[in-house]
Amino acid sequence: MHPMIEVIDLHKSFGSQVVLTQINMKVLNQEVVVIIGPSGSGKSTFLRCLNLLEKPQSGHILIEGQSLMDPNIQISTIRTEVGMVFQQFNLFPHMKVIDNITIAPIQVRKWSVEKARSKAIELLAKVGLSEKANVYPDSLSGGQAQRVAIARALAMEPKIMLFDEPTSALDPEMVGEVLAVMKDLAKEGMTMVVVTHEMDFAREVSDRVLFMEQGMIVEEGTPEEIFEHPTHERTKSFLSRRDRYLSLRRYKE
Amino acid sequence: MDFRLDIIIDYLPLILKGAMLTIGISLLSIFLGSILGLIIAFGKMSSRMFLSLPMSAYINFFRGTPLYVQILMVHFGLIPLVLGRTDPIAAAIIALSLNSAAYTAEIFRAGIQSMSAGQLEAAYSLGMSHRQAMQFIILPQAIKRMIPAFGNEFIVLVKDSSLVAIIAAPEIMYWSNGMSGQYSRIWEPYLFASLIYFILTYSLSKLLNVLERKLA
Repeated sequence: MHPMIEVIDLHKSFGSQVVLTQINMKVLNQEVVVIIGPSGSGKSTFLRCLNLLEKPQSGHILIEGQSLMDPNIQISTIRTEVGMVFQQFNLFPHMKVIDNITIAPIQVRKWSVEKARSKAIELLAKVGLSEKANVYPDSLSGGQAQRVAIARALAMEPKIMLFDEPTSALDPEMVGEVLAVMKDLAKEGMTMVVVTHEMDFAREVSDRVLFMEQGMIVEEGTPEEIFEHPTHERTKSFLSRRDRYLSLRRYKE
Repeated sequence: MDFRLDIIIDYLPLILKGAMLTIGISLLSIFLGSILGLIIAFGKMSSRMFLSLPMSAYINFFRGTPLYVQILMVHFGLIPLVLGRTDPIAAAIIALSLNSAAYTAEIFRAGIQSMSAGQLEAAYSLGMSHRQAMQFIILPQAIKRMIPAFGNEFIVLVKDSSLVAIIAAPEIMYWSNGMSGQYSRIWEPYLFASLIYFILTYSLSKLLNVLERKLA
């Protein structure tokens, strides 16, 4: 069987600036992979390559064995199988919450309105927002908006979910509610790739952690290996810098 | 200075008929111009040079040359070429549509490009095609932002339609010029014409205000 995602020797640059280089990785079915690393390390760009929101210059990305670089492939078809959650939510402000969730199933999957709505209602219950079906996104808190965004992506019944720093734009008290939804999703066996700064989430939920720096995957392993026994010097310094920052922040609070 | 109301009353039926034509020409031209403008806007935003270059050239030509000249070219050049004879009303509508398309194209382009990239990316990430993303996500939001600029363009078009009097399209100015010539008077015909244009544009701007508030 093919891995859900396979990346072979990926290379991406913006002009003369190299953003990603020699990226090789695999994500197996039902695996949760967390990508950590300093800002500017290319982790978000890498995630955005996985559904071709960014076009890499060379290398291969295969989703269930299908190459995204195949010129004959309809990229929108691949994207229906790969859901994405953004840092800034990107809900559609001109549509009610329920329509945000049903628009793609109706227009892209060609579901009936009834089918799409009952799926949306089920998903809203799952993310704990049943009562928000008929409001507009601007009346939601950040945490609620992000949970709607997750429901919107799930409505397409994707096989893979990509999360691009889903809690970075949230007030601290709202981070927990979004992470809880993501944990449930992981438990249900969703294949997930998550770019995040939430180390506790990575420790608790992920099967594998990738540490990226300067456009490369520096180290890769189980959460225990990466957090307790990092072998690479740069991973160690990143994690200790982070620990020091966190303890300082706790001290100040 | 005397003011002869009697000559205004004499010409009133003709000027009111002219006003109906002004309204008709303006409505049709803004409608056709908007459709053409939308197509031109997407052409200009295309990454394909064979689409974007001609569309840029179109916009530059129609914005960079006088409407007066464009009306004459359409009336004496384009329309006889297609119909085999002249037709002032058809020429008026086509010239004004072609001209306003250049301006509305820029309104559409600015409105669409003012949308955050995140909206488009979210639509793409849900498997929408470019067309679906535009139709369901980008345009409905962008059009709200375009209404003030669009209203401006509509008002300008109503006033600019007065230029088609020179090709004898029987609208407001055509009859006002006639009144002026017949009675050798200045103030009555032109003040009265101004009043009618003002009523048209003022009601239009009020109407657009209501629309803007409803959609906001």
